[in-house]
Amino acid sequence: MKKVKNIYMKKRLSILIIAIFMVTAWGCEKDSEFLDVQPNTFLTVDQVFSDPKLALSAIGDLYNRQVDFSGLDNGWASFTDFSESFPSENGSAYYVQRTGWGYDSWGLDWYGSYQYIRDINLYMQRDSASTGLSDDDRKRFYAEARFLRANFYFEMVKRYGGVPLVLMPLEYDYSGHVKDLQLPRSKEADMYDFIISEAETIKDILPTDINEKSRASKGAALAMECRAALYAGSIAKYGATTPAVSLPGGEVGIPASRANDYYTIALRAAKEIIDGNTGGYKLKTAPDGSTMSQLSDNFANVFLDKASPETIWFEDFQQGGKTHAFTTNDQPYSFSDEGGDAGRLDPSLNLAENFEKTDNTFAPFTTTTGSGAPVIYNDVQDIFADRDARLAGTILLPGGKFKGQTVDIWAGYRLPDGSIVTSDEAGHLKPIVPGGQPVQVVGKDGPINGLELRTQSGFYIRKYLDPTVGSGRRGQGSEVAFIRYRFGEVLLNAAEASFELGDNATASMYLNMVRARAGLTSPLTAGQITFDRIVHERKVELAFEGLYFYDMKRWRLATYRWDGVPTTLADLKTNIGTAKKHSTQPWGLWPYKQYDPANPDNVKWVYKETLPALVTGVNRFLLGNYYTKIPDGSIANNPLLVRQPNQ
Amino acid sequence: MKNCFRYILLIAVIASFASCEKDNYTAPGSFLTGALTYKGDTIRVERNQVPYQLYQYGFGAVGPISGTFAQDGSYSQVLFNGNYKLIIPNGQGPFMWKQDASGNPDSLSITMSGSQNLTLEVTPFYMVRNAQFGYSASDSMVTATFKAEKIVTDPDMMKDIERVSLYVNNTEFTSGGDNIAFTNMAGGDITNPDNITLSVRVPFETNLSTFTQGNLYARVGIKMVNVEDMIFSDVEIVSIK
Repeated sequence: MKKVKNIYMKKRLSILIIAIFMVTAWGCEKDSEFLDVQPNTFLTVDQVFSDPKLALSAIGDLYNRQVDFSGLDNGWASFTDFSESFPSENGSAYYVQRTGWGYDSWGLDWYGSYQYIRDINLYMQRDSASTGLSDDDRKRFYAEARFLRANFYFEMVKRYGGVPLVLMPLEYDYSGHVKDLQLPRSKEADMYDFIISEAETIKDILPTDINEKSRASKGAALAMECRAALYAGSIAKYGATTPAVSLPGGEVGIPASRANDYYTIALRAAKEIIDGNTGGYKLKTAPDGSTMSQLSDNFANVFLDKASPETIWFEDFQQGGKTHAFTTNDQPYSFSDEGGDAGRLDPSLNLAENFEKTDNTFAPFTTTTGSGAPVIYNDVQDIFADRDARLAGTILLPGGKFKGQTVDIWAGYRLPDGSIVTSDEAGHLKPIVPGGQPVQVVGKDGPINGLELRTQSGFYIRKYLDPTVGSGRRGQGSEVAFIRYRFGEVLLNAAEASFELGDNATASMYLNMVRARAGLTSPLTAGQITFDRIVHERKVELAFEGLYFYDMKRWRLATYRWDGVPTTLADLKTNIGTAKKHSTQPWGLWPYKQYDPANPDNVKWVYKETLPALVTGVNRFLLGNYYTKIPDGSIANNPLLVRQPNQ
Repeated sequence: MKNCFRYILLIAVIASFASCEKDNYTAPGSFLTGALTYKGDTIRVERNQVPYQLYQYGFGAVGPISGTFAQDGSYSQVLFNGNYKLIIPNGQGPFMWKQDASGNPDSLSITMSGSQNLTLEVTPFYMVRNAQFGYSASDSMVTATFKAEKIVTDPDMMKDIERVSLYVNNTEFTSGGDNIAFTNMAGGDITNPDNITLSVRVPFETNLSTFTQGNLYARVGIKMVNVEDMIFSDVEIVSIK
């Protein structure tokens, strides 16, 4: 009995000794080796800023966080509104049913914006302190971060006017006092001066390479400078017409005396790009002798061709990285890659009729004769003949082609007595006359009032619509890039700046370059250049590029354009091309087939202007809408932020 | 089973004690009501377009309590008792609101202890006087006559008339945003501001229900240059039967 116990004791002892040995042997490792484990879930600042690839991926995140007003990854709805298009999605009908915009519309996330700026400032601080990067890399990354910061402040000043300019990472010292962190709003003019001077400082550090489109280049810096100076100039000049839209401290509003200085800067920056100092940017043109439809295709390809010599800076999309759903959301319904996902963004007649005739005159689409009888067309597209090639390049018209198929847009049969046979179901078969054979009585792509995802205006969008196979699938998405700065806009900026500086001859030269590409080959003379011409050209060339709204704001035209008065048919068809024309409700143009078997006019086409039934609201832009409201919470946190005017 | 009930009873009693804690505040119960006036006449505006802001200090972060005037110029707000400051933001309303030396809207101090009625005396640029409305069944025209009286005559501050408008609607909400018919006359076309006549045809063909309803609502307004909000007459019921 005792012996047995002893054996157990011995065994226990030996286990204990082994255990102690094992544990203490661990302790023989040096503290420094045991505790200093390299984390495998994040990289340290030193690691990132000693490897150009890691530093590049860090700035890639900053590129990705840039914001756009309309953007292909902001959702299709960021292109709608302002009566430029009709939103064909039932959940979005409020765009055409409201009677105005809240003062907080179009704002950015204030907190997120300054977090982004802080991240850029941190990047710049760490990049300039780094020792592991080559001198060239370090300088280039630094200049890119400065470009992103300036471009982001540009996005802020367009929305808010002057905002606090934070140019270094602010640190809280845990003292319980935040006075040092509360910065007042800068003057609006100082914001633009900052953007211009940043661009001037960094332009020679950034590469001069027109193939560098997704990263900042010298061309991008100058294009930003050019646009910023132009905006500042027009706010100075046209802001004088709305004295109520200004603040005594200059946070909103720029003195009229500075207009010419800004226009001069805009013209100089544009000329640097046009003269080839930034590489050979040029318009993407079709070969000589191209037909109008080839010119339209060429214009559509400006936005599809990633190697286009016109693109200066874009937000790129790629399979495996990020793609977007613009084509999924907006493709024609009847040959959608994704059943039931299509047709949301329908350009309005208000926009379409702005594309002028090839003889440089403005005219509404002719739907009726002088006596009110409908005009009968042989082909569905004949009504659009002899128009600016950008019409068919921007808008997918009835009878237009996408992915090799023809869109089926027509609203019904029109009988000789003027009555209409149609259906509330797209592509529906039914007899036209009682007892007749059932035939299709309405297009598969609409338009039918209230039938979402098919056009309700008679048009689909073509700009950015991706013809690649499978681009309309939800899972695959589209790779089409969103162009932020392009040479065409630089030319229009140069034309506007020249015009404002009194040099109509130069203005007409630049305008004619853009117009010739669109098939408007008879040049405008210097005498024909007016403010309305400049406004018009930007509207049609830059439609759906996120610039129209800011144009209306900086020219102080928004209160005329969206005046809260319903748009009648007579309003629609008159004063086309006039800057102050109002446009408060999106109209459509609906094609009908003429049914008249006894007559040669059978199955020919008639058109009718139609206000989609869902459009019940009117757009009304108030003086307080010119500058987006700074959130009350942010003002409470920082009482130095003065309120916007008229709010 | 008996035990079980005992526990339920115990839990219920404990839970009911938790509710005995007082709420932080009683609900606000003091009404601040009133209207915009000028020498005893109310000033009529478009609904939801002319805002006012109330500030209450002493509770940390300060943000405005915002409201808008009704179309008869009245306002009403339920508040806690305490001290408030009321402003009308710059550039709002067809009238002048006092400003301080640095151009900010001057505030009006209000002490709430129980409900109170407070008229806000302002100086409008114009007043609509003697608005008369008539209806002619033969051509379905609504006709209005009125006088545009210029109140602010100081050349530095006075405003010119941009246009005068007549609005007709089938509900009492009648303005530029809510109407079935309207007509404008540009300021330059007014020959005699003491006697302005406007008329507009009512499109009954697209508003059949209005016709059966038997009456219309109409009002006239004055839009001034560089002033966003219009000043209106009272809404009048116009019988069409």
